[in-house]
Amino acid sequence: MAGAAVRGRLNWLAAGATQFIDETPRVRSIVLDCHDWPGHLPGQHIDLRLTAEDGYQAQRSYSIAAPAEGDRVIITVELVDDGEVSPFLIEDLRVGDRIEIRGPIGGYFVWEPTRGGPLQLIGGGSGVVPLMAMLRASVRSRSDAPVRYLSSARAYEDLIYRAELETVASEESGVEVVHTLTRNHPPNWTGPTRRVDREMLAEHVWPPAVSPLCYVCGPTGFVESVATTLVELGHSPERVKTERFGPSGGVRR
Amino acid sequence: MSFVTRGFRGRRRLEGPPGRVPPGQYVTTDFPVLSAGPTPRVQLEEWSFTVTDAGGDTLEWTWSEFTSLPTETVTVDIHCVTKWSKLDTTWEGVSLDTLFARVGSPGSHALFHSYGGYTTNLPVEDITGGKAWVAFRYEGEPLASEHGGPARLLVPHLYFWKSAKWVRGVVVSDSDRPGFWESYGYHNYGDPWREQRYAGD
Amino acid sequence: MTDVRHLDGNVLAGVLHEFFGREMTDQLGCCGHCDAVNALGAAHVYLEAPGHVVRCPNCASVLIVIVQHPDGMRVNYESIRWLQTRS
Repeated sequence: MAGAAVRGRLNWLAAGATQFIDETPRVRSIVLDCHDWPGHLPGQHIDLRLTAEDGYQAQRSYSIAAPAEGDRVIITVELVDDGEVSPFLIEDLRVGDRIEIRGPIGGYFVWEPTRGGPLQLIGGGSGVVPLMAMLRASVRSRSDAPVRYLSSARAYEDLIYRAELETVASEESGVEVVHTLTRNHPPNWTGPTRRVDREMLAEHVWPPAVSPLCYVCGPTGFVESVATTLVELGHSPERVKTERFGPSGGVRR
Repeated sequence: MSFVTRGFRGRRRLEGPPGRVPPGQYVTTDFPVLSAGPTPRVQLEEWSFTVTDAGGDTLEWTWSEFTSLPTETVTVDIHCVTKWSKLDTTWEGVSLDTLFARVGSPGSHALFHSYGGYTTNLPVEDITGGKAWVAFRYEGEPLASEHGGPARLLVPHLYFWKSAKWVRGVVVSDSDRPGFWESYGYHNYGDPWREQRYAGD
Repeated sequence: MTDVRHLDGNVLAGVLHEFFGREMTDQLGCCGHCDAVNALGAAHVYLEAPGHVVRCPNCASVLIVIVQHPDGMRVNYESIRWLQTRS
Protein backbone atom coordinates (compact mmCIF):
# COMPACT_ATOMS: atom_id res chain seq x y z
CA MET A 1 0.00 0.00 0.00
CA ALA A 2 2.81 2.40 0.89
CA GLY A 3 4.50 1.69 -2.43
CA ALA A 4 1.32 2.35 -4.35
CA ALA A 5 0.88 5.63 -2.54
CA VAL A 6 4.08 7.26 -3.77
CA ARG A 7 4.53 5.90 -7.27
CA GLY A 8 2.25 5.85 -10.29
CA ARG A 9 0.61 8.42 -12.47
CA LEU A 10 -1.43 11.22 -11.04
CA ASN A 11 -4.74 10.91 -12.84
CA TRP A 12 -7.84 12.95 -12.23
CA LEU A 13 -10.58 10.80 -10.74
CA ALA A 14 -14.24 11.52 -10.14
CA ALA A 15 -15.27 11.60 -6.48
CA GLY A 16 -18.79 11.88 -5.11
CA ALA A 17 -19.64 13.83 -1.97
CA THR A 18 -21.42 11.48 0.39
CA GLN A 19 -21.49 13.28 3.74
CA PHE A 20 -20.77 16.63 5.34
CA ILE A 21 -19.65 17.25 8.90
CA ASP A 22 -19.75 20.78 10.28
CA GLU A 23 -16.65 20.90 12.44
CA THR A 24 -16.83 24.60 13.41
CA PRO A 25 -18.78 27.65 12.16
CA ARG A 26 -16.20 28.10 9.37
CA VAL A 27 -14.93 24.60 8.82
CA ARG A 28 -16.59 21.64 7.17
CA SER A 29 -15.36 18.12 6.53
CA ILE A 30 -16.40 16.50 3.29
CA VAL A 31 -16.50 12.74 2.89
CA LEU A 32 -15.74 11.78 -0.69
CA ASP A 33 -16.22 8.41 -2.32
CA CYS A 34 -13.66 7.83 -5.05
CA HIS A 35 -13.87 4.66 -7.11
CA ASP A 36 -10.50 2.91 -7.42
CA TRP A 37 -8.82 5.20 -4.89
CA PRO A 38 -5.28 3.78 -4.53
CA GLY A 39 -5.03 4.51 -0.82
CA HIS A 40 -2.90 7.09 0.95
CA LEU A 41 -0.62 7.72 3.90
CA PRO A 42 -1.40 10.09 6.80
CA GLY A 43 -0.15 13.56 5.90
CA GLN A 44 -0.69 13.30 2.16
CA HIS A 45 -3.03 15.59 0.29
CA ILE A 46 -5.20 15.68 -2.80
CA ASP A 47 -5.54 18.21 -5.56
CA LEU A 48 -9.14 19.11 -6.20
CA ARG A 49 -10.40 20.66 -9.42
CA LEU A 50 -13.65 22.43 -10.22
CA THR A 51 -14.80 23.28 -13.75
CA ALA A 52 -17.34 25.99 -14.56
CA GLU A 53 -19.69 25.73 -17.54
CA ASP A 54 -17.54 28.07 -19.62
CA GLY A 55 -14.54 25.80 -19.10
CA TYR A 56 -12.88 27.94 -16.42
CA GLN A 57 -11.08 25.74 -13.90
CA ALA A 58 -9.90 26.30 -10.36
CA GLN A 59 -7.59 23.93 -8.54
CA ARG A 60 -6.58 23.71 -4.86
CA SER A 61 -4.81 21.27 -2.57
CA TYR A 62 -6.42 19.83 0.56
CA SER A 63 -4.86 17.59 3.21
CA ILE A 64 -6.60 14.28 3.76
CA ALA A 65 -8.04 14.20 7.28
CA ALA A 66 -8.29 10.47 7.96
CA PRO A 67 -6.27 7.35 7.20
CA ALA A 68 -7.05 5.27 4.13
CA GLU A 69 -10.18 3.18 4.15
CA GLY A 70 -11.18 1.74 0.81
CA ASP A 71 -12.63 4.36 -1.56
CA ARG A 72 -13.20 6.96 1.15
CA VAL A 73 -11.29 10.26 1.16
CA ILE A 74 -12.11 12.84 3.82
CA ILE A 75 -10.97 16.45 3.53
CA THR A 76 -11.55 19.29 5.97
CA VAL A 77 -12.05 22.71 4.39
CA GLU A 78 -11.83 26.10 6.06
CA LEU A 79 -13.84 28.98 4.64
CA VAL A 80 -11.51 31.59 3.15
CA ASP A 81 -13.02 35.08 3.08
CA ASP A 82 -13.41 36.17 -0.50
CA GLY A 83 -12.16 32.76 -1.58
CA GLU A 84 -13.01 31.13 -4.84
CA VAL A 85 -13.15 27.42 -4.02
CA SER A 86 -13.80 27.09 -0.30
CA PRO A 87 -17.13 29.01 -0.34
CA PHE A 88 -18.31 26.65 -3.05
CA LEU A 89 -17.23 23.52 -1.14
CA ILE A 90 -18.75 24.72 2.10
CA GLU A 91 -21.91 26.47 0.95
CA ASP A 92 -22.87 25.04 -2.43
CA LEU A 93 -21.63 21.46 -2.74
CA ARG A 94 -24.40 18.90 -2.14
CA VAL A 95 -24.49 15.22 -1.33
CA GLY A 96 -24.32 13.35 -4.63
CA ASP A 97 -22.33 16.05 -6.47
CA ARG A 98 -19.16 14.92 -8.24
CA ILE A 99 -15.85 16.74 -8.26
CA GLU A 100 -12.43 15.83 -9.63
CA ILE A 101 -9.55 14.89 -7.37
CA ARG A 102 -6.11 13.45 -7.89
CA GLY A 103 -3.64 11.94 -5.51
CA PRO A 104 -2.44 10.96 -3.07
CA ILE A 105 0.30 13.56 -3.20
CA GLY A 106 3.29 14.11 -0.95
CA GLY A 107 5.96 11.90 0.52
CA TYR A 108 7.78 14.22 2.85
CA PHE A 109 5.19 15.36 5.37
CA VAL A 110 4.01 11.84 6.06
CA TRP A 111 3.81 9.65 9.16
CA GLU A 112 2.77 6.05 9.40
CA PRO A 113 2.71 3.86 12.49
CA THR A 114 5.73 1.85 11.29
CA ARG A 115 7.88 4.96 11.74
CA GLY A 116 7.32 4.84 15.48
CA GLY A 117 7.62 7.77 17.84
CA PRO A 118 7.16 9.40 20.21
CA LEU A 119 5.00 11.47 17.87
CA GLN A 120 4.61 15.23 18.36
CA LEU A 121 1.91 17.03 16.38
CA ILE A 122 1.66 20.84 16.46
CA GLY A 123 -0.98 22.61 14.41
CA GLY A 124 -2.23 26.16 13.98
CA GLY A 125 -5.78 26.72 12.75
CA SER A 126 -6.60 24.40 9.87
CA GLY A 127 -3.02 23.11 9.99
CA VAL A 128 -4.38 20.39 12.25
CA VAL A 129 -5.97 18.54 9.32
CA PRO A 130 -3.00 16.38 8.19
CA LEU A 131 -2.02 15.95 11.85
CA MET A 132 -5.46 14.53 12.58
CA ALA A 133 -4.93 11.93 9.88
CA MET A 134 -1.75 10.93 11.67
CA LEU A 135 -3.42 10.82 15.06
CA ARG A 136 -6.37 8.82 13.73
CA ALA A 137 -3.94 6.39 12.08
CA SER A 138 -2.07 5.95 15.34
CA VAL A 139 -5.25 5.18 17.27
CA ARG A 140 -6.69 2.90 14.60
CA SER A 141 -3.52 0.86 14.32
CA ARG A 142 -3.18 0.66 18.10
CA SER A 143 0.34 1.95 17.66
CA ASP A 144 2.70 1.81 20.61
CA ALA A 145 4.07 5.23 19.79
CA PRO A 146 2.80 7.78 22.32
CA VAL A 147 1.36 10.95 20.80
CA ARG A 148 1.23 14.55 21.99
CA TYR A 149 -1.04 16.89 20.06
CA LEU A 150 -0.77 20.66 20.56
CA SER A 151 -3.09 22.97 18.66
CA SER A 152 -3.65 26.69 18.52
CA ALA A 153 -7.00 28.27 17.68
CA ARG A 154 -8.55 31.65 18.20
CA ALA A 155 -11.51 30.52 20.27
CA TYR A 156 -13.12 27.39 21.72
CA GLU A 157 -15.67 27.15 18.91
CA ASP A 158 -12.82 27.21 16.36
CA LEU A 159 -11.23 24.01 17.66
CA ILE A 160 -11.51 21.55 14.80
CA TYR A 161 -12.24 17.91 15.86
CA ARG A 162 -12.57 19.07 19.45
CA ALA A 163 -15.07 16.46 20.64
CA GLU A 164 -13.22 13.56 19.03
CA LEU A 165 -9.92 14.74 20.50
CA GLU A 166 -11.47 14.93 23.96
CA THR A 167 -12.70 11.37 23.63
CA VAL A 168 -9.40 10.06 22.29
CA ALA A 169 -7.39 11.79 25.01
CA SER A 170 -9.59 10.36 27.74
CA GLU A 171 -9.77 6.84 26.29
CA GLU A 172 -6.25 6.35 24.96
CA SER A 173 -3.50 6.33 27.55
CA GLY A 174 -0.88 7.09 24.92
CA VAL A 175 -2.47 10.28 23.62
CA GLU A 176 -2.23 13.73 25.23
CA VAL A 177 -4.04 16.74 23.80
CA VAL A 178 -3.42 20.41 24.63
CA HIS A 179 -5.18 23.34 23.00
CA THR A 180 -4.26 26.98 23.37
CA LEU A 181 -6.86 29.66 22.64
CA THR A 182 -5.32 32.90 21.49
CA ARG A 183 -8.18 35.40 21.30
CA ASN A 184 -10.87 34.45 23.72
CA HIS A 185 -11.79 31.52 25.91
CA PRO A 186 -14.78 30.28 27.91
CA PRO A 187 -14.88 31.14 31.64
CA ASN A 188 -14.08 27.61 32.81
CA TRP A 189 -11.16 27.12 30.41
CA THR A 190 -8.10 25.68 32.12
CA GLY A 191 -5.77 25.44 29.13
CA PRO A 192 -3.27 28.03 27.87
CA THR A 193 -4.59 31.31 26.48
CA ARG A 194 -1.82 32.79 24.38
CA ARG A 195 0.08 32.16 21.15
CA VAL A 196 2.39 29.18 21.11
CA ASP A 197 5.72 30.35 22.51
CA ARG A 198 8.98 28.87 23.73
CA GLU A 199 7.70 28.33 27.26
CA MET A 200 4.63 26.47 26.00
CA LEU A 201 6.70 24.28 23.72
CA ALA A 202 9.18 23.53 26.49
CA GLU A 203 6.32 22.52 28.74
CA HIS A 204 4.10 20.49 26.43
CA VAL A 205 6.30 19.04 23.69
CA TRP A 206 8.20 15.76 24.10
CA PRO A 207 11.72 16.64 25.29
CA PRO A 208 14.54 16.33 22.77
CA ALA A 209 16.03 13.52 24.88
CA VAL A 210 13.31 11.11 23.69
CA SER A 211 13.94 12.08 20.07
CA PRO A 212 10.34 12.61 18.95
CA LEU A 213 9.17 12.88 15.35
CA CYS A 214 7.67 16.37 15.13
CA TYR A 215 5.16 17.52 12.54
CA VAL A 216 4.27 21.21 12.45
CA CYS A 217 1.55 22.53 10.17
CA GLY A 218 -0.39 25.76 9.78
CA PRO A 219 0.01 29.33 8.58
CA THR A 220 3.52 30.26 7.50
CA GLY A 221 4.27 32.57 10.43
CA PHE A 222 3.10 29.98 12.97
CA VAL A 223 5.16 27.19 11.44
CA GLU A 224 8.25 29.37 11.12
CA SER A 225 8.12 30.40 14.76
CA VAL A 226 7.37 26.92 16.15
CA ALA A 227 9.93 25.08 14.03
CA THR A 228 12.69 27.57 14.85
CA THR A 229 11.92 27.31 18.56
CA LEU A 230 11.88 23.51 18.52
CA VAL A 231 15.39 23.50 17.07
CA GLU A 232 16.49 26.09 19.63
CA LEU A 233 15.15 23.82 22.36
CA GLY A 234 17.41 21.07 21.11
CA HIS A 235 15.29 19.08 18.64
CA SER A 236 17.20 17.76 15.67
CA PRO A 237 16.13 19.58 12.46
CA GLU A 238 15.77 16.26 10.57
CA ARG A 239 13.12 15.22 13.08
CA VAL A 240 11.07 18.41 12.66
CA LYS A 241 8.96 18.35 9.52
CA THR A 242 6.95 21.34 8.44
CA GLU A 243 4.07 22.08 6.13
CA ARG A 244 3.37 25.77 5.73
CA PHE A 245 -0.06 26.71 4.46
CA GLY A 246 0.13 29.69 2.12
CA PRO A 247 -2.64 32.23 1.97
CA SER A 248 -4.56 30.52 -0.77
CA GLY A 249 -4.32 26.76 -0.73
CA GLY A 250 -1.16 26.04 -2.67
CA VAL A 251 -0.37 25.99 -6.37
CA ARG A 252 -2.97 27.78 -8.49
CA ARG A 253 -3.75 26.74 -12.02
CA MET B 1 -12.02 13.51 -19.21
CA SER B 2 -12.93 16.61 -17.23
CA PHE B 3 -16.55 17.34 -16.42
CA VAL B 4 -18.44 20.43 -15.35
CA THR B 5 -18.93 20.81 -11.61
CA ARG B 6 -22.58 21.47 -10.88
CA GLY B 7 -23.07 24.94 -9.46
CA PHE B 8 -19.47 26.16 -9.70
CA ARG B 9 -19.05 29.56 -11.29
CA GLY B 10 -15.55 30.66 -10.34
CA ARG B 11 -14.41 34.13 -9.51
CA ARG B 12 -15.71 36.69 -11.95
CA ARG B 13 -12.86 38.95 -12.94
CA LEU B 14 -13.06 42.61 -13.83
CA GLU B 15 -12.06 43.27 -17.40
CA GLY B 16 -11.54 46.98 -17.01
CA PRO B 17 -12.19 49.92 -19.32
CA PRO B 18 -11.68 49.09 -23.01
CA GLY B 19 -8.25 49.95 -24.34
CA ARG B 20 -6.68 50.24 -20.90
CA VAL B 21 -6.06 46.58 -20.25
CA PRO B 22 -3.80 44.42 -22.44
CA PRO B 23 -5.06 41.08 -23.78
CA GLY B 24 -5.43 38.27 -21.24
CA GLN B 25 -5.26 40.56 -18.22
CA TYR B 26 -7.82 41.29 -15.50
CA VAL B 27 -7.99 44.30 -13.24
CA THR B 28 -7.20 44.06 -9.54
CA THR B 29 -7.70 46.66 -6.86
CA ASP B 30 -5.22 45.16 -4.42
CA PHE B 31 -1.47 44.95 -4.98
CA PRO B 32 -0.36 41.31 -5.06
CA VAL B 33 3.11 40.61 -3.72
CA LEU B 34 5.08 38.29 -5.93
CA SER B 35 8.58 37.28 -5.03
CA ALA B 36 11.24 34.90 -6.24
CA GLY B 37 13.09 34.93 -2.96
CA PRO B 38 13.42 36.36 0.54
CA THR B 39 12.82 40.08 0.99
CA PRO B 40 16.20 41.77 1.21
CA ARG B 41 16.53 44.06 4.21
CA VAL B 42 18.72 46.94 3.07
CA GLN B 43 19.77 49.63 5.52
CA LEU B 44 19.58 53.06 3.92
CA GLU B 45 23.09 53.90 5.17
CA GLU B 46 24.38 50.96 3.12
CA TRP B 47 22.18 51.44 0.04
CA SER B 48 23.69 52.67 -3.19
CA PHE B 49 22.78 52.75 -6.86
CA THR B 50 25.50 52.27 -9.48
CA VAL B 51 25.48 52.85 -13.22
CA THR B 52 28.26 51.05 -15.07
CA ASP B 53 28.53 52.23 -18.63
CA ALA B 54 29.66 50.40 -21.75
CA GLY B 55 33.19 51.65 -21.21
CA GLY B 56 33.30 50.26 -17.68
CA ASP B 57 33.13 53.62 -15.92
CA THR B 58 30.83 53.86 -12.91
CA LEU B 59 28.63 56.48 -11.34
CA GLU B 60 27.36 55.84 -7.84
CA TRP B 61 24.85 57.53 -5.54
CA THR B 62 24.28 56.98 -1.85
CA TRP B 63 20.72 57.13 -0.54
CA SER B 64 20.94 60.78 0.49
CA GLU B 65 22.56 61.72 -2.82
CA PHE B 66 20.00 59.75 -4.77
CA THR B 67 16.98 61.20 -3.03
CA SER B 68 18.36 64.70 -3.57
CA LEU B 69 18.22 64.26 -7.33
CA PRO B 70 15.27 65.81 -9.20
CA THR B 71 12.31 63.45 -9.08
CA GLU B 72 9.12 62.98 -11.05
CA THR B 73 5.73 61.82 -9.90
CA VAL B 74 3.92 59.65 -12.43
CA THR B 75 0.59 57.84 -12.52
CA VAL B 76 0.73 54.71 -14.63
CA ASP B 77 -0.94 51.37 -15.21
CA ILE B 78 1.07 48.26 -14.40
CA HIS B 79 0.67 44.80 -15.90
CA CYS B 80 1.96 41.59 -14.35
CA VAL B 81 2.61 38.53 -16.48
CA THR B 82 0.57 36.49 -13.97
CA LYS B 83 -2.41 38.30 -15.52
CA TRP B 84 -3.33 41.01 -13.09
CA SER B 85 -3.25 44.68 -14.05
CA LYS B 86 -3.48 47.58 -11.66
CA LEU B 87 -4.61 50.93 -13.03
CA ASP B 88 -3.61 54.44 -12.00
CA THR B 89 -0.76 53.70 -9.65
CA THR B 90 1.26 56.69 -8.52
CA TRP B 91 5.01 56.60 -8.04
CA GLU B 92 7.75 59.09 -7.30
CA GLY B 93 11.28 58.45 -8.45
CA VAL B 94 14.30 59.52 -10.40
CA SER B 95 14.06 59.18 -14.16
CA LEU B 96 16.64 56.97 -15.85
CA ASP B 97 17.23 59.95 -18.16
CA THR B 98 18.53 61.88 -15.14
CA LEU B 99 20.77 58.99 -14.11
CA PHE B 100 22.11 58.51 -17.63
CA ALA B 101 22.72 62.24 -18.25
CA ARG B 102 26.39 61.94 -17.33
CA VAL B 103 26.97 58.48 -18.74
CA GLY B 104 29.80 58.50 -21.27
CA SER B 105 29.11 55.38 -23.28
CA PRO B 106 25.37 54.61 -23.17
CA GLY B 107 25.50 51.26 -24.95
CA SER B 108 22.44 49.52 -26.38
CA HIS B 109 21.48 47.02 -23.64
CA ALA B 110 21.00 47.30 -19.92
CA LEU B 111 21.07 44.63 -17.22
CA PHE B 112 19.64 45.70 -13.87
CA HIS B 113 20.83 44.08 -10.63
CA SER B 114 18.99 43.89 -7.36
CA TYR B 115 19.83 43.19 -3.75
CA GLY B 116 19.11 39.48 -3.33
CA GLY B 117 20.45 38.58 -6.77
CA TYR B 118 17.54 39.27 -9.12
CA THR B 119 18.34 40.58 -12.59
CA THR B 120 16.39 41.74 -15.62
CA ASN B 121 17.47 42.98 -19.05
CA LEU B 122 16.09 45.78 -21.22
CA PRO B 123 17.12 47.68 -24.36
CA VAL B 124 18.48 51.12 -23.43
CA GLU B 125 15.89 52.75 -25.68
CA ASP B 126 13.16 51.25 -23.48
CA ILE B 127 14.48 52.88 -20.33
CA THR B 128 15.24 56.33 -21.73
CA GLY B 129 13.06 59.05 -23.22
CA GLY B 130 10.78 59.25 -20.21
CA LYS B 131 9.94 55.54 -20.04
CA ALA B 132 11.59 54.41 -16.81
CA TRP B 133 12.32 55.51 -13.24
CA VAL B 134 13.98 54.26 -10.11
CA ALA B 135 11.04 54.76 -7.77
CA PHE B 136 11.16 55.06 -4.00
CA ARG B 137 7.70 56.32 -3.14
CA TYR B 138 4.39 54.65 -3.92
CA GLU B 139 1.04 56.40 -3.40
CA GLY B 140 2.78 59.16 -1.46
CA GLU B 141 4.51 56.87 1.04
CA PRO B 142 7.99 55.38 1.15
CA LEU B 143 8.02 52.21 -0.92
CA ALA B 144 7.41 49.18 1.33
CA SER B 145 10.08 46.47 1.27
CA GLU B 146 7.59 43.81 0.14
CA HIS B 147 6.96 45.92 -2.97
CA GLY B 148 10.63 46.53 -3.67
CA GLY B 149 11.68 49.25 -1.24
CA PRO B 150 13.96 51.12 -0.61
CA ALA B 151 13.81 51.56 -4.41
CA ARG B 152 12.70 49.61 -7.44
CA LEU B 153 12.85 50.02 -11.16
CA LEU B 154 9.61 51.14 -12.78
CA VAL B 155 9.10 50.41 -16.49
CA PRO B 156 5.33 50.42 -16.92
CA HIS B 157 5.17 49.81 -20.66
CA LEU B 158 6.54 46.28 -20.23
CA TYR B 159 5.40 43.37 -18.04
CA PHE B 160 6.10 44.16 -14.43
CA TRP B 161 8.78 41.51 -13.93
CA LYS B 162 11.02 44.00 -15.76
CA SER B 163 10.41 46.53 -12.97
CA ALA B 164 13.03 44.98 -10.74
CA LYS B 165 12.44 45.27 -7.00
CA TRP B 166 15.28 46.18 -4.61
CA VAL B 167 17.30 47.57 -7.49
CA ARG B 168 20.94 48.39 -6.79
CA GLY B 169 22.44 49.18 -10.17
CA VAL B 170 22.54 48.80 -13.92
CA VAL B 171 25.26 47.67 -16.29
CA VAL B 172 25.01 48.93 -19.86
CA SER B 173 26.82 47.27 -22.72
CA ASP B 174 26.49 46.50 -26.37
CA SER B 175 25.41 42.92 -25.82
CA ASP B 176 22.14 41.60 -24.48
CA ARG B 177 22.21 39.13 -21.60
CA PRO B 178 19.00 37.58 -20.29
CA GLY B 179 18.06 38.26 -16.70
CA PHE B 180 16.39 35.96 -14.16
CA TRP B 181 12.96 35.22 -15.65
CA GLU B 182 14.20 35.72 -19.19
CA SER B 183 16.68 32.89 -18.72
CA TYR B 184 13.96 30.59 -17.38
CA GLY B 185 11.72 30.82 -20.40
CA TYR B 186 9.97 34.15 -20.17
CA HIS B 187 10.03 36.53 -23.11
CA ASN B 188 13.18 38.56 -23.61
CA TYR B 189 11.28 41.80 -24.27
CA GLY B 190 7.86 41.43 -22.61
CA ASP B 191 5.39 43.78 -24.32
CA PRO B 192 1.99 43.21 -22.68
CA TRP B 193 0.13 44.67 -25.67
CA ARG B 194 1.56 41.96 -27.92
CA GLU B 195 1.12 39.45 -25.08
CA GLN B 196 4.81 38.54 -25.05
CA ARG B 197 4.79 36.42 -21.91
CA TYR B 198 6.96 33.43 -22.84
CA ALA B 199 9.98 33.00 -25.09
CA GLY B 200 8.68 32.34 -28.57
CA ASP B 201 5.47 34.33 -28.14
CA MET C 1 17.12 38.59 7.60
CA THR C 2 13.93 36.74 8.48
CA ASP C 3 11.36 36.10 5.84
CA VAL C 4 8.12 34.28 6.32
CA ARG C 5 6.88 34.38 2.79
CA HIS C 6 8.22 31.04 1.56
CA LEU C 7 6.40 27.71 1.72
CA ASP C 8 7.81 24.20 1.99
CA GLY C 9 8.72 21.92 -0.89
CA ASN C 10 5.70 19.76 -0.21
CA VAL C 11 3.50 22.47 -1.78
CA LEU C 12 5.08 21.47 -5.10
CA ALA C 13 4.57 17.75 -4.56
CA GLY C 14 1.80 17.57 -7.16
CA VAL C 15 3.67 19.62 -9.75
CA LEU C 16 6.88 17.62 -9.30
CA HIS C 17 4.99 14.33 -9.42
CA GLU C 18 3.41 15.43 -12.71
CA PHE C 19 6.79 16.21 -14.21
CA PHE C 20 8.94 13.40 -12.87
CA GLY C 21 6.23 10.72 -12.85
CA ARG C 22 6.81 9.85 -9.23
CA GLU C 23 6.71 11.38 -5.79
CA MET C 24 9.70 13.71 -5.43
CA THR C 25 9.43 15.55 -2.13
CA ASP C 26 10.95 12.75 -0.11
CA GLN C 27 13.91 12.61 -2.49
CA LEU C 28 17.19 14.15 -1.38
CA GLY C 29 18.82 17.03 -3.21
CA CYS C 30 22.32 18.47 -2.88
CA CYS C 31 22.69 22.24 -3.17
CA GLY C 32 25.20 23.25 -5.83
CA HIS C 33 26.21 26.29 -3.83
CA CYS C 34 26.67 25.13 -0.23
CA ASP C 35 26.51 21.30 -0.60
CA ALA C 36 23.73 21.01 2.00
CA VAL C 37 21.63 17.88 1.54
CA ASN C 38 17.91 18.06 2.27
CA ALA C 39 14.71 16.39 1.18
CA LEU C 40 13.04 18.42 -1.57
CA GLY C 41 10.06 18.66 0.73
CA ALA C 42 12.15 20.82 3.05
CA ALA C 43 13.21 23.28 0.37
CA HIS C 44 11.97 26.86 0.53
CA VAL C 45 9.42 27.51 -2.18
CA TYR C 46 8.42 30.93 -3.49
CA LEU C 47 5.15 30.23 -5.17
CA GLU C 48 3.59 33.58 -5.88
CA ALA C 49 5.77 34.55 -8.82
CA PRO C 50 5.83 34.10 -12.58
CA GLY C 51 7.31 30.70 -11.80
CA HIS C 52 7.90 28.52 -8.77
CA VAL C 53 11.32 29.19 -7.28
CA VAL C 54 12.81 26.41 -5.14
CA ARG C 55 15.65 27.51 -2.86
CA CYS C 56 18.10 25.74 -0.61
CA PRO C 57 16.86 25.80 2.99
CA ASN C 58 20.42 26.33 4.16
CA CYS C 59 21.80 29.11 1.96
CA ALA C 60 18.76 30.29 -0.04
CA SER C 61 20.45 29.71 -3.40
CA VAL C 62 18.11 28.91 -6.24
CA LEU C 63 17.98 25.13 -6.80
CA ILE C 64 15.35 24.86 -9.51
CA VAL C 65 12.79 27.15 -11.15
CA ILE C 66 9.57 25.70 -12.55
CA VAL C 67 7.77 27.62 -15.26
CA GLN C 68 4.41 26.57 -16.70
CA HIS C 69 4.67 27.41 -20.39
CA PRO C 70 1.55 27.14 -22.53
CA ASP C 71 3.07 24.17 -24.31
CA GLY C 72 4.54 22.38 -21.32
CA MET C 73 6.17 22.62 -17.95
CA ARG C 74 9.86 23.51 -17.84
CA VAL C 75 12.01 22.60 -14.87
CA ASN C 76 15.09 24.83 -14.96
CA TYR C 77 18.06 23.42 -13.09
CA GLU C 78 19.98 26.32 -11.60
CA SER C 79 22.18 25.18 -8.75
CA ILE C 80 21.40 21.63 -7.82
CA ARG C 81 24.28 19.20 -7.77
CA TRP C 82 22.35 15.95 -7.51
CA LEU C 83 19.06 14.30 -6.68
CA GLN C 84 18.83 10.94 -5.00
CA THR C 85 15.92 8.61 -4.50
CA ARG C 86 15.14 7.03 -1.18
CA SER C 87 14.19 3.43 -1.61
